[in-house]
Amino acid sequence: MVSKKIVLHFPKRLVDRPIVYHLIKDFSLEFNILKASVTPEQEGLMVLELKGKQEDYDKGIHYLTGNGVIIESLSQNVIRNEGRCTHCGACVTVCPVGAFELDTVSRQTKFHNSKCIACGLCIKACPPRAMELHF
Amino acid sequence: MPKTIEEINLKIKNGEAVVFTAEEIIGVVKEKGLKKATEEVDVVTTGTFGPMCSSGAYLNIGHSQPRIKLGGGRVYLNDVPAYTGLAAVDIFIGATATPDDDPRNKVYPGEFNYGGGHVIEELVAGKDIRLEATAYGTDCYPRKKLETWINLKDLNEAVLFNMRNAYQNYNVATNLSNKTIYTYMGILKHNLGNVTYCSAGQLSPLLNDPYYKTIGIGTKVFFGGGVGYVAWQGTQFNPTVPRTENGVPKGGAGTLALIGDLKQMSSRWLVGTSMLGYGPTLTVGVGVPIPILSEEVLKYTTVTDEEIIGTIYDYSDAYPNRRAEPIGEVTYAQLRSGKITLQGKKVPTASLSSYPRALEIANTLKEWLKTGKFELTEPVAPLPSVESGLTFKPLKERPIEH
Repeated sequence: MVSKKIVLHFPKRLVDRPIVYHLIKDFSLEFNILKASVTPEQEGLMVLELKGKQEDYDKGIHYLTGNGVIIESLSQNVIRNEGRCTHCGACVTVCPVGAFELDTVSRQTKFHNSKCIACGLCIKACPPRAMELHF
Repeated sequence: MPKTIEEINLKIKNGEAVVFTAEEIIGVVKEKGLKKATEEVDVVTTGTFGPMCSSGAYLNIGHSQPRIKLGGGRVYLNDVPAYTGLAAVDIFIGATATPDDDPRNKVYPGEFNYGGGHVIEELVAGKDIRLEATAYGTDCYPRKKLETWINLKDLNEAVLFNMRNAYQNYNVATNLSNKTIYTYMGILKHNLGNVTYCSAGQLSPLLNDPYYKTIGIGTKVFFGGGVGYVAWQGTQFNPTVPRTENGVPKGGAGTLALIGDLKQMSSRWLVGTSMLGYGPTLTVGVGVPIPILSEEVLKYTTVTDEEIIGTIYDYSDAYPNRRAEPIGEVTYAQLRSGKITLQGKKVPTASLSSYPRALEIANTLKEWLKTGKFELTEPVAPLPSVESGLTFKPLKERPIEH
């Protein structure tokens, strides 16, 4: 079983089609809608937690991309507000996947967005509240 | 020949002062030797940028028409309560003040997204602040209610007055219990999950003048992006803690009470801060210039993170129960490497005070001194040092009989 949080961007032409319905019907995937913003004649956005067998999950993702849905992993949506970050480094030991790293030369705290799993732990742990979750 | 502050100020005025940061001076002295460096160097600059809870600002908001006596009444700034036990329109907003309707730790761990520290940051940033006040009304101050926007530029006085800043060294924190705890030293994960620390180390003002030979009452400093002065020794001043051979205290020792005009400060150096499960506070930027008056004074400024020792305490039990049971000692160089070994376990470390921003303060102060923007002051009285015998006393509770 896999369970991943993903962001779906629907182009205008797909907004009025029952795309997500096929994930359940054809691929037996479970999903939980974390956020959705779908308006007729506009691009749609949906944040899903998608769960199922790895094989079905891969097929489901293939179905979505084949239909023109653009998929991002949720991690791309935790961003650091550079204006508020003081580079104190309090986040370094809070992140469960080591997405923050203290540069031992510059002593700045680096944020490796690619490692982020968007768990959100850093958001409340950051003393100046520089980490923001953007859907 | 020993220099005087007057002589150094003359060089500053002429744009000729030789200034290094407390980080740079380490290499300078290594290269030139103590004697030659003492002759050449005029000032060493320090800096620190960390959460400092004993911070706050007093404001005089001006008199309304008709008049209101806020003294003895209630005042809220953006819903955060301010202290009013003063004259009619003087109020004090403290960094850790929390809105009355904040759930605090009822929803554990509380987020504390907005408090006194954030009010100060927004005030300094020039934002309008909502003031709501109630008073009891007198013959000379009849008004009982006031709701108005206030702005820093319209206040008569806005003075940052911090009772305890720039701690000379500090506890290093960890958690020996089997659950995560939320402290003023940050989130501490269970079973020695991490270690946190909060000092600028080799850049920290009082660690570069461990016996307070140059820093005294009246010393002019970088304060919140503007200029401030040492008003007094800070609260909990404790010069008699154990020290290393170099005089470096192994734990929290000296502190500074600082004062300065909020109107010339900047929100880059006064940042509203939220400690999860603990409360709101203010991150404050402080930088102190150290005039190189003798070889001894210069020698102290060459202290390195390898020579500064922090003492580790368990914040799940020993600290909250006020038991002086350290579980180890560690150097700041070890802490800054990202991992230390504690009780046979490799433990990741995290800082709460910003070294890069502390360095920026030291460099800013250096620039001010080199361009004649900032002159040194002669202290008017010394801070109590080791020979004072001063200690930091615990509270001796005396039960009240009913």
